[in-house]
Amino acid sequence: MTGPVLRVTSLVKRFGGFTAVDGVGFELPPGHSLGIVGESGSGKTTTARILAGLETPTSGTVELDGRVLDARSRRDRRWQARRLQMIFQDPHGSFDPRLTIAQSIAEPLRLHAPGTDHRARVSELLEQVGLSARLGGALPRDLSGGQRQRAAIARALGITPRVLVLDEAVAALDVSIQAQILGLLADLRRDAGIAYVFVSHDLAVVRHVTETALVMRHGRVVESGPTEEILRAPAHPYTRLLLDSIPGPGWDLERVARDRRALDAADHAAAPVKRAAP
Amino acid sequence: MNPDKTDKTDTVLEIAGLSLAVRGTPLLADVTLRVARGETVGLVGESGSGKSLTVRSALGMLPRGARASGSVAVAGEQVLTASPRALREIRRTRASMVFQDPRAALNPVRRIGDYLTEGLRARGVPRRAAEARALDLLERVGIRDPRGALRRFPHEFSGGMLQRVVIAGALATEPALLLADEPTTALDVTTQAEVVALLRGLQREHGTGMVFVTHDLDLAAAICDRVYVMYAGRTVEEAPGAALFGAPGHPYTRALLEASPSVRGERAELRAIAGRPRALAEAPTGCAFRDRCPKAADACAADVPAAIAHGLSLVACLDPEGTGR
Amino acid sequence: MTLTIPALRARRTRPRKRGRLTVRCALGLLGLAACAALFAPVLAPHSPDATSLSASLAPPGTSGYWLGADSTGRDVLSRLLYGARLSLLAPLGVVLLSGVLGTALGLLAARAGGWADAVVSRSMDVVFAFPSLLLAMLVVAVAGPGLLAPICALAVSYTPFIGRIVRGAALQEGARPYVEAYRVMGFGELTVTLRHLLPNIAPLLAAQSALGFGYALVDLASLSYLGLGVQPPNADWGSMINQARGAILQGSPWSAIVPGVAVLLTVVSVNVLGEHISASVARRQEVKG
Repeated sequence: MTGPVLRVTSLVKRFGGFTAVDGVGFELPPGHSLGIVGESGSGKTTTARILAGLETPTSGTVELDGRVLDARSRRDRRWQARRLQMIFQDPHGSFDPRLTIAQSIAEPLRLHAPGTDHRARVSELLEQVGLSARLGGALPRDLSGGQRQRAAIARALGITPRVLVLDEAVAALDVSIQAQILGLLADLRRDAGIAYVFVSHDLAVVRHVTETALVMRHGRVVESGPTEEILRAPAHPYTRLLLDSIPGPGWDLERVARDRRALDAADHAAAPVKRAAP
Repeated sequence: MNPDKTDKTDTVLEIAGLSLAVRGTPLLADVTLRVARGETVGLVGESGSGKSLTVRSALGMLPRGARASGSVAVAGEQVLTASPRALREIRRTRASMVFQDPRAALNPVRRIGDYLTEGLRARGVPRRAAEARALDLLERVGIRDPRGALRRFPHEFSGGMLQRVVIAGALATEPALLLADEPTTALDVTTQAEVVALLRGLQREHGTGMVFVTHDLDLAAAICDRVYVMYAGRTVEEAPGAALFGAPGHPYTRALLEASPSVRGERAELRAIAGRPRALAEAPTGCAFRDRCPKAADACAADVPAAIAHGLSLVACLDPEGTGR
Repeated sequence: MTLTIPALRARRTRPRKRGRLTVRCALGLLGLAACAALFAPVLAPHSPDATSLSASLAPPGTSGYWLGADSTGRDVLSRLLYGARLSLLAPLGVVLLSGVLGTALGLLAARAGGWADAVVSRSMDVVFAFPSLLLAMLVVAVAGPGLLAPICALAVSYTPFIGRIVRGAALQEGARPYVEAYRVMGFGELTVTLRHLLPNIAPLLAAQSALGFGYALVDLASLSYLGLGVQPPNADWGSMINQARGAILQGSPWSAIVPGVAVLLTVVSVNVLGEHISASVARRQEVKG
């Protein structure tokens, strides 16, 4: 089967009168890595949560491995869990504080592959993410942020998913640790062929993890395409603003201000068009 | 209040040999930092490096039970030995601080107008004048409809707008020194650019000295005249902002740059630094970075390296980058 | 805004010495009370119901009657030991019943949300509005005196205390990412709630139950004192005080003071213990935060 492992079609999510996600759609081929970039309020996290089954879309479908998901059905959720896993931003809170790391990693194994020897598998997983077996006996609070994020990845890998949704997975980490985790993610993708949906506000990080990217703003996708191309020749004024806002050598704040004016102008120009549409 | 408010010194913050320990746990060792009038100084480091502690010491905000040695002077006035009264005076007139999370820095049940005028009112400025001043400040930090903003509450503003309000408050007293502790970390990147532009503009206008604390080396190098890089409670490098990208002196600075992903230029492979950042209490003897340093030699374990001149920078390393061996 | 310094956190979490001593005393006293109840037949020098007119109103220290005797000459020590059984068991029953009921309702309200939350929370508010002692007296009036009716009545009126706390804690704990992580891993709502959420709020539950035990003991003693609880020939500390009313009027209050002190010490000990548990919960929260 060579079709996409994940296909999202015109996803909409409304919270009361507020539209968080507005017509998002994309396809993710197996082993591919897709970035979803946006600022707060762009709807990127809501999209990730819909993919993971934590929110039900108002309309639109999520198709995993050729099957349209129904988050309400318990059977479906378990089927989905075996294929799609999620890594959260906060590596601190994503573990039951009472359980040791090894116990936490073993739990999804018990659910999805009962009756097998989990101890060997757990140490294998720990090794795969670069944690010593000794740390398996530690409680989450005794681990550093980077170690906890490694453990979270190990826990997700235990289910051998085909898709990993990473919601700001390295945002809370120090730069030196962030580079370690990004390296680990690259290795895992090469070795295990897992597809990534990498949600982040950080274009630079997205560049290092993904091949294609979506840029989201106010719940809509404003630009999509190969990540390098978006960075080299941003087509949408918002993407340009986003890029120029990132500090670096020769950072030009005047240019950022110019970008902002261009974006405002584009917004004004777009408004009547939107009103004319049915 | 203070008759000789005009100080002739050019140095608005001078930290010399500052060491800090709490109940036997060392947190800072021998930190030295100088900020001149009108200068922007970056303080960069990962968690546990002591950058926030350092900047807080300038206002005398030390952790409970802390023992400090060395000297901290704001516009020529000693902070560590200051009486509570003198400390209040420094905080009120000489130095202001902007925090990471503007929402946590503001009292949620008080109006923006109250927040901006209470400092001035406490100094005896009449109500009318204080309000006029608050209006002027809000206008200058780019708040639309400043008159309406005075009557609104913090929750009615976005994070970026609220940080502008906090900056307006910090500048209300026209301080000689502005301490900004990760002022843009909680903000979106486009908002960050706005706030940074605002800070720079206001600072140039008033000749305020600014300390900009951040974990983002790129940001610090882009906007700061000079940058101090901290690791495990010590300063490991002091360099002009522009020199930091081109010629990092300390292996740690270089490693940080190589570990930071960038959106510009060719896509370069990220090189991770082994291990995790250390706090001073858990750092190895000698050079604190030597357990993660690719160039570490036996000599690094002997003593904490002294800062030596390296190009335009001061580097605390026995074998700075680019000199070869 | 406070600055948290990880290097200092480990030190702050160490409990203080003086606190530990108080907790030990409390534990010792409670252990003593439990032993007294358990081994009453062995320890008691007399039968609790044996009357002896010659010993009537004997002061404490009288040979054979260490803690004195009441107006009908029954040994106060023996009655105290036997009375500990009902005095401790009955509040335990109240705590267990209200604990189970309150936890179930609190978890249901927090995890189901929506109308289930509204119904449960409002019904708990209604029960809250009823004074517990009044409710117990009402039930006794309907069901007749005895221990079972007041236990059930008190359990019902204590349920909102537990239920509200559990609901709040479960809402807070349920917002932590690990709960969502388990859902993404394919675990059902019930499994996550019972296996992960409940154990994490258990210390809070224990602290609240300890306080509840104290209240229940006092309430039950009050009922017995009013003659609505334990019926003769059974006795608990409350009914002992009730029966000593005559003795107080005759100027020898000992047979009332002794069980009174027993109630006081037990309640204080239980509260100290509850305080200690909630303090360690707070410390754990600080480490987590």
